[in-house]
Amino acid sequence: MTGHHPILRVEGIYKTLGDQLVLDDVSLTVNRGEVKILIGPSGSGKSTLLQCLNFLHTPDQGRVWLDGTEFKATGRKGLCAFRQQVGMIFQDFNLFDHLTALHNVRIALVKVKGMDKAQATHRAKEELARVGLADKMDLYPAQLSGGQKQRVSMARALAMDPKVLLLDEPTSALDPELIGEVLAVIRFLASAGMTMIMATHQIAFSATMAHEFLFMEAGRIVERGSPAQLLSPGATSRTMAFCAKINELSGDLGATQLGGATQNTDHGPQ
Amino acid sequence: MIEYWSFFLHEVAPALNQGLWVSIAVILPSALLGLALGVLVGSLRVYASTPIRLLNEAYVSLFRGTPLVVQLFFWYFALPHLQIGDTRIVLSPMSAAILGFTLCSGAYHSEYIRGALLSIRHGQLNAAQALGMTRAQTVIWVVLPQALRRALPGCGNEIIYLIKYSSLASIITLNELTGIGRTIAKQTWRNIEVFVALGLYYLLLVTLATLLLQYVERKLQLPGFEQTSG
Repeated sequence: MTGHHPILRVEGIYKTLGDQLVLDDVSLTVNRGEVKILIGPSGSGKSTLLQCLNFLHTPDQGRVWLDGTEFKATGRKGLCAFRQQVGMIFQDFNLFDHLTALHNVRIALVKVKGMDKAQATHRAKEELARVGLADKMDLYPAQLSGGQKQRVSMARALAMDPKVLLLDEPTSALDPELIGEVLAVIRFLASAGMTMIMATHQIAFSATMAHEFLFMEAGRIVERGSPAQLLSPGATSRTMAFCAKINELSGDLGATQLGGATQNTDHGPQ
Repeated sequence: MIEYWSFFLHEVAPALNQGLWVSIAVILPSALLGLALGVLVGSLRVYASTPIRLLNEAYVSLFRGTPLVVQLFFWYFALPHLQIGDTRIVLSPMSAAILGFTLCSGAYHSEYIRGALLSIRHGQLNAAQALGMTRAQTVIWVVLPQALRRALPGCGNEIIYLIKYSSLASIITLNELTGIGRTIAKQTWRNIEVFVALGLYYLLLVTLATLLLQYVERKLQLPGFEQTSG
């Protein structure tokens, strides 16, 4: 599934916000069908990195290639075309509050892709059905639970047929009992071969599908490797130490003994 | 009492009814154009580049900072003295009033719109841009539909004010409700009856406008956008 065809490649990304260097020479490549997981403490630059990958923040320095073509952040047209191919999922969903679930998914198809309305409606319904929300399409964001909102936002991103999906802590704003339904969709996407980069603290869950963990600290990727390498029993990795710490705090025993990615304690029903 | 009633019915009402139509002919375009201008200016004040933003700020300061009567005097009495090339602009009382009211209420509307725009969560703008929308598309399709709903109570209030300050058009010789009322009062010396009747006409207009605005608010209401009052 992971033919080594680079979908998104960035090299030497620097970003300063205010007077703080938030990204310090970050490089990474994600190949088609790969899932890369960004982990690390809050403020380590995970979110900023993801936002730089679709130019919601413009990197101060660095080069970005999408599907083999280098992208230059000049001109609005190019930027809009680039962003259409890079889907983004936000921690706090960011649904459009005045539109129903169906119209949230449909609006960019009509306004950005120029699809005709009937076709766009059809596509939007398909996407909502894929995330298990066919029966909720006429509800407004205020009428949906957090998990449902996040699934609508995933349908909205997926309807654009992105080449890569960026997920910025997609479950961090959810109540524990709602996390499972979102993780189930992410797992489904991974198994369907979706290329993804996800920042998350759901380590045990992501270890079961990640091709690579990227551990970030102070704006740098300080450690990278497969979950099996970094989290094998007796490993002395930064990742391992970090996981031990957050598992201690949350009382989740799963990830610390994770060698072969066999346990699936933290994803709920679907 | 019967005498008053007959005075009202035969001398006051026919004239005021005529004035009412003139008033409506001033209020309606001023309200619509003012709101449109307010939306445009409010959006530019929040989203445009610095020079354009400052230009719009200056417009709002000027029109909120000077008395409306002075503005009307300017459009009606002063403008004809300004000669640009060979052209002089001479406005009829009606045009001067509509221009004055539109520019004034546009400045106030823009303040309500601006506040509503700023209340839209920034994340939605990011989401729209991440989907490939341009800035203009984001404002038109995502931000404004929400901001207008939130601004509606404030803008409605401004329209109610407009109905009442439209009476100032009488000062630049327009024979709308107040102008006609004053003429009848002068001719008949029955100030109490005439001005009470005049007040009731405005009360009627404001009541109708309030009902209409409530209807629009109800029509546009969505889950998550409920107004707590009104």
